[in-house]
Amino acid sequence: MISVYHYMTVSAILFAMGTYGVLTRRNAIVIFMCIELMLNSVNLTFIALSNHLQSMDGQIFVFFVMTVAAAEAAVGLALMIAFYRNRESIDVDNINLMKL
Amino acid sequence: MYDKLWLIPFFPLLGCIINGLLGKRFIKNEKVIGAIATGAIFLSFLVSCKYLIQLLGDSVKSHEVVVASWMSVGILQVDWGFLLDPLSALMLMVVCGVGSLIHLYSIGYMHGEEGFYRFFCYMNLFAFSMLMLVLGNNALVMFVGWEGVGLCSYLLIGYYFEKQSAGDAAKKAFVMNRVGDFGFLLGLFIIFWTLGSKHDVWTVNFMEISENAHLLSGDMMLGLGVTTVATLCFFLGATGKSAQLPLYTWLPDAMEGPTPVSALIHAATMVTAGVYMIGRMNVLFAMSPTTMAVVALVGALTAIFAASIGFAQNDIKRVLAYSTVSQLGFMFIAMGVGAFTAGIFHLMTHAFFKACLFLGSGSVIHAMHHALHHAHLNDDPQDMRNMGGLRKKMPVTWATFGISCLAISGLPFFSGFFSKDEILWWAFASTRGSKLVWAIAVIAAFMTAFYMFRALYMTFHGEQRTNAKAKDHVHESPWVITLPLVVLAFLATVGGLIGIPHVLGNMLGHIPNKLEHFLAPVFEHSQRLYEIEAHGTAATEVSLMVMSVLIALAGIGVATVMYMKNPELPGKFTRKFSQLHRWVYNKWFVDEAYDVLFVNSTKKLGTFCWKGFDVKVIDGIVNGTAKVVGALSAVLRHTQTGLFQNYALTMVFGTVVMVAIFILN
Amino acid sequence: MEIIFFYLVALVAVVSGFLVIRCQSPVNSALGLVNTFFCLAIFYVMLHAPFMAAIQIMVYAGAIMVLILFVIMLLNLGTEARKSYTHGIVWSAIASLLVLCNVIYFIKRGRVTGAEGDITDFTVQSVGHVELIGKTMFTEFLLPFEIASILLLVAIVGAVVLAKKEV
Repeated sequence: MISVYHYMTVSAILFAMGTYGVLTRRNAIVIFMCIELMLNSVNLTFIALSNHLQSMDGQIFVFFVMTVAAAEAAVGLALMIAFYRNRESIDVDNINLMKL
Repeated sequence: MYDKLWLIPFFPLLGCIINGLLGKRFIKNEKVIGAIATGAIFLSFLVSCKYLIQLLGDSVKSHEVVVASWMSVGILQVDWGFLLDPLSALMLMVVCGVGSLIHLYSIGYMHGEEGFYRFFCYMNLFAFSMLMLVLGNNALVMFVGWEGVGLCSYLLIGYYFEKQSAGDAAKKAFVMNRVGDFGFLLGLFIIFWTLGSKHDVWTVNFMEISENAHLLSGDMMLGLGVTTVATLCFFLGATGKSAQLPLYTWLPDAMEGPTPVSALIHAATMVTAGVYMIGRMNVLFAMSPTTMAVVALVGALTAIFAASIGFAQNDIKRVLAYSTVSQLGFMFIAMGVGAFTAGIFHLMTHAFFKACLFLGSGSVIHAMHHALHHAHLNDDPQDMRNMGGLRKKMPVTWATFGISCLAISGLPFFSGFFSKDEILWWAFASTRGSKLVWAIAVIAAFMTAFYMFRALYMTFHGEQRTNAKAKDHVHESPWVITLPLVVLAFLATVGGLIGIPHVLGNMLGHIPNKLEHFLAPVFEHSQRLYEIEAHGTAATEVSLMVMSVLIALAGIGVATVMYMKNPELPGKFTRKFSQLHRWVYNKWFVDEAYDVLFVNSTKKLGTFCWKGFDVKVIDGIVNGTAKVVGALSAVLRHTQTGLFQNYALTMVFGTVVMVAIFILN
Repeated sequence: MEIIFFYLVALVAVVSGFLVIRCQSPVNSALGLVNTFFCLAIFYVMLHAPFMAAIQIMVYAGAIMVLILFVIMLLNLGTEARKSYTHGIVWSAIASLLVLCNVIYFIKRGRVTGAEGDITDFTVQSVGHVELIGKTMFTEFLLPFEIASILLLVAIVGAVVLAKKEV
């Protein structure tokens, strides 16, 4: 029988992988995709728990997460285009203006 | 009855505030500024007159008015209190009266100067401080005024602050005054502490100190009487403020200020504060014959020393400055021999004729300056060698200057005659006097007559030595300048009549010595208690009087011979005694000696504190702290890469640790 | 039978996720991500949430991924791909392993409990998933829903402003 723990373990593995990707990749778009991966792993947890607890609330949360993800995609990709226009690159090693 | 006494210092303070705050931007008009300042002090003069008249008709001669409590610390209670008695009333008349005239004069003299409002603001502040000094009923209020006049003196000497010499002179005056102020405070502390701890009278009030002074008679300190030590300290304060040996050198330098300042502060009022202070504390001084002898001796030495320097100075204001120092010496002689009344009398007459002399010299300088300026010449307008023959050009100035010269020389029936002879008589005959002091004073009187007439002749008589281009541009000054001169010359002539000595009064038909009678409530007590009196026959007194007149005439005669009849004589004299002339001309090298003895070592100490201690130790600590922090942050800086992934990594670690703690608990 | 299917899907999801983080080319990463989304959609179906599975595919695999791929193509990042494309592997690996340990330990140790609702699998099947979600969203979560709409509006405006040539 598949328990909620199975889903949550898969979710944990995906989340850790997403974290690793965010920390290691240099391409900003790939980092962005890794963030999407992390968000999806959290969504899986939400839905698994929603099913386990026989409540609708978790799924509504997933709905909002998707909304935020969509907004984030729009704004984040626009940012990347703007940045690329300035620097001819979307390598995050070049995004170090905070040092100054 | 006397509760509006505070109005007297209030008006100048108000004038100072109005001119100081609004003068530069809002009033601007010179006439209005001058009118406000002059009006303020004139109002004080009117109020002073009212209270003087009221006091004359009052049987009680001493009135204290407390306006507000200043501080109440334990058993010490200090008030903002005013004291009106004959002494302070007389001083009020001098300060406000002469002050008003000089303010009026300044409107003309300072015309067109940069910072006109600033000048009048300071002048009114000075008047306020001086009135506080005079009116204070306790030593602390007096000290406020004492410091205030010192501050104003500093500000006004440095009025032309863009001139290096003026700034230096201002600093010199301030520092030397501080030396004296240190003495004043020390004396005050000694009196306060001894009276308080030994006799349980904790007070700084003058009346209470005077009443309880007799308690101190047995107390000893440093092998001397407490009163001797304390009064010597007070006297140190007086030497600083009143330019006596050894602290006199600031006064001649103070001539860097505008001439009305020299007249008001450095001749008529502020420098007499030391004399006034001794008068105010006459009971304490009377208790210590030692101090009084010191005072008399210092006064006498200053009188002759400063007079000798006056011989060879060519700057008209410097001659007057040394003359002031010398005349102040006479006042201290009077205080030292117990002739308090005569000292205050001379203070008053001196205020008249010396203010007149200074204002006269100011008028000449004003005219010379304009003439030289008109001809585009850079000659010194104050140098008497550039003057001569101004009598025809400036008749009013000449006449008033001449009258004042007669007065200061002590010719009969001019004011200086009465006050100076009174001093000489007391020096000769007083129980506290001595023949030595008298002899020195007589020589100083001779010298005074000589150098004053030298100045008069060099300035107004003989050939005009002004550069030919400027010669014809010298004109008499406007009425705002000449009116005060005339009034002061009048006062210098008749001012002495309020203090005609008994012996003369008796001869002329029972004319009483009004001044002595008026001041008696202040001084009689101590004079009687400590048996201070002048005793001698009328014949002695009259013969001394005749002698001093002859001496003055001799001085005038020598000056006439040297500077009128045989103008080449001074040159010959100078060549013959060139070494002596060099010493006198350079003021006996006192400034240089002070530089070697005190100034240089102080400078070295200051330089050490600055370069050795401040720069190395203090700055070292501060900079060291900064360097340590800098080094640490240079290490920490490497964590700030600006790459967001490094921050994210750190954040992940932090989150892991926090979650781990949460789980494990 | 079901558990085997679960493990199979889970394996595909994890391998696809691994591709996302390891592929050098962003396009390959994107394809891996799409794969993961599909796997998650399958999970949602298995969890009796068919509507969520549908919008997962439509919104994520459809809209967002297309947007990402579009940007990748637009920027044409071929030249950059040659350079080393990762950094800080060791520390990041330690960090993510620690995260994994934390979460796994948390899952193993804790018991998932809570106030149980009344939406059983049977209810979902009889009433219909969409209707249940709709009812909850437009009654209980109406205000957050409206706020989310404003968020989307802001995102649209922001994206337009940021991507404009003259910022």
